[in-house]
Amino acid sequence: MSVRRLAPKEVQPASFEFTPENLAWAKEQITHYPPGRQASAVIAILWRAQEQQTGWVSEAAIRVVADMLEMPYIRVLEVATFYTQFQLQPVGKKAHIQVCGTTPCMLRGAGDLIEVCQHRIHHDPFHLSADGDFSWEEVECLGACVNAPMAMIWSDTYEDLTKESMNELIDGFAAGTPPKPGSQIGRQFAAPEGGARVMKSGGAATYTKVLDMPKEPALADAEPKKQTEAANVQERPAPKPPAADATKTNPPKGGAPKDPKEPKK
Amino acid sequence: MLDDNDRIFRNLYGLDDWGLAGARRRGGWDGTKAIIDKGRDWIVNEMKASGLRGRGGAGFPTGMKWSFMPKDNADGRPSYLVVNADESEPGTCKDREIMRHDPHTLVEGCLIAGCAMGAHVGYIYVRGEFIREREHLQAAIDQAYEANLIGKNNIHGWPFDLYVAHGAGAYICGEETALLESLEGKKGQPRLKPPFPANVGLYGCPTTVNNVESIAVAPDILRRGAAWFASIGRPNNVGTKLYGISGHVNTPCVVEDAMSIPFRELIDKHGGGIRGGWDNLLAIIPGGASCPLIPAADCEELIMDFDGTRAVKSSFGTAGVIVMDKSTDVVAAIARISYFFKHESCGQCTPCREGTGWMWRVLSRMVEGRAHKREIDMLLEVTKQVEGHTICALGDAAAWPVQGLIRAFRPEIERRIEEFSRKATLDDQGILDPAHLVAAE
Repeated sequence: MSVRRLAPKEVQPASFEFTPENLAWAKEQITHYPPGRQASAVIAILWRAQEQQTGWVSEAAIRVVADMLEMPYIRVLEVATFYTQFQLQPVGKKAHIQVCGTTPCMLRGAGDLIEVCQHRIHHDPFHLSADGDFSWEEVECLGACVNAPMAMIWSDTYEDLTKESMNELIDGFAAGTPPKPGSQIGRQFAAPEGGARVMKSGGAATYTKVLDMPKEPALADAEPKKQTEAANVQERPAPKPPAADATKTNPPKGGAPKDPKEPKK
Repeated sequence: MLDDNDRIFRNLYGLDDWGLAGARRRGGWDGTKAIIDKGRDWIVNEMKASGLRGRGGAGFPTGMKWSFMPKDNADGRPSYLVVNADESEPGTCKDREIMRHDPHTLVEGCLIAGCAMGAHVGYIYVRGEFIREREHLQAAIDQAYEANLIGKNNIHGWPFDLYVAHGAGAYICGEETALLESLEGKKGQPRLKPPFPANVGLYGCPTTVNNVESIAVAPDILRRGAAWFASIGRPNNVGTKLYGISGHVNTPCVVEDAMSIPFRELIDKHGGGIRGGWDNLLAIIPGGASCPLIPAADCEELIMDFDGTRAVKSSFGTAGVIVMDKSTDVVAAIARISYFFKHESCGQCTPCREGTGWMWRVLSRMVEGRAHKREIDMLLEVTKQVEGHTICALGDAAAWPVQGLIRAFRPEIERRIEEFSRKATLDDQGILDPAHLVAAE
């Protein structure tokens, strides 16, 4: 257990309101659960609130979510303080770096990465850097142990890091040109370095009943997401434009979903 | 080594298309209706016959678990399928590859498992940090809905709705009852058992919680037959398994191979060998952080399965192997695992809440030798006090690595203590000098 408290009053915003899109999304989430069980959606909705609020959860947001789900405030406060991915104080504007420090990453040099963060951002975790652009924390296992050591920034993992690539990563986020997520030494996801040793064909050929099917493009994970973009938004090969033109009056900060048919400007 | 034709996860590395077309090309969704038409009893019996043991760590037979679900819902309570994708154990990262590169094996498995246990609604609880994986999974579910493979009136004749839910960074939510609490929108604090989830689970209704891998292998088992699956590996430990190899090997990776593969073959064939050669091996943790470590001497003949790891007083867990070579500070490595459990204890039961922090503080003193030798026995005693005295298994999981460390590396701890005493200066306040103690949080 760790002690987690809300940010002091001085930094708490006075109010919080979901954007119309996020509100609609939250209402849709509630329908996933049986009637009367709307509380089940609390983590997903609080997560969306955190995304809208540039990476942290304020007291006002907790109250709004509780009212929406007809839950007592204390129950949502409990959830926000229990689950450690909810940041309870403001985080770096450009990046909040979560370095995995658990044993598999530690064995492969997570300590070096933490040192880089300590030198470049702040000696202590959860503190903003002097310019307010960065913050860092050491988190428990992020589930990419075979690509250790690794760090997570917003929605993406940066794997197989070294001291040098960690520095490059911070430079990239500072300049607004973050490197490609995933392995930083060019590995094919969780395959061994130097390429897959089994299933080299990609799997389709080993199954006898080969159907003549068109191949869909892989999900475009090459572009890292910004913090205000919703993580729960699905990425589809050809995303549809929003039905209503809500984006015109209230454009999402990360930019509207791009229509591939639209000519490039 | 397992033949490529026997692999279930044919797109583990994302070399092929993850989507529906790719899944179909690799054999997914093939003959699903025929399987469902054979009925729930046939599916459950076939799963029992296949000998599949749960892949989440405990190794409970999956078919038997499914058979515990009530045959009818006469009392008006619906049944639920819940898939545990809260993969947070250090060393384990297999379900991640399924969800992002082969999500349709899981979606199809959910439909079949739902049919086998009479559930019309399924929830997949993904850990909060797996954001990309969640997107892939949701996209796969949407594809399945669009193709009418799942849904209220799907072509398979078993109405089934599937939703993705997620957590937000709590390891304890991988415990099945804590997961259900979290899914109900509460803190993830485990429930007492009994009643078991098969009777009183999600929203007080019959529920079965299964690991991602257990569900995702089901369609292939039923398509190819239980006998095929049971023929791989040795009795009581059959089938194929995703192994994760991390730590001090030359090429860490996730790989699917047969159960009961010799440890040395696994490391040499897939892990590229131990860094610095086999003789440089110090110890391994065979199945995620909660398993006691196995010293190098026992690794020579180690068979990677449930019985093989038990024979050397460890456990198979999720088969996420953490390899440590001789450069490792083994006490520090286990102290870090202790810190992990301290951090992730939900705080409900006193032995775990207080014990995990206590064990971590003592271990972190032992890293530098700032301890008495008698404290080693005291530490061992405390682990025994924590083990088995908590609602869920997190207390046990926190105790086992410490016990394993003391069992295998007591001389190393004693050496450090002696070293420290030898260097102690006269003005040192003794081992509990507050100036040197790690501040208790």
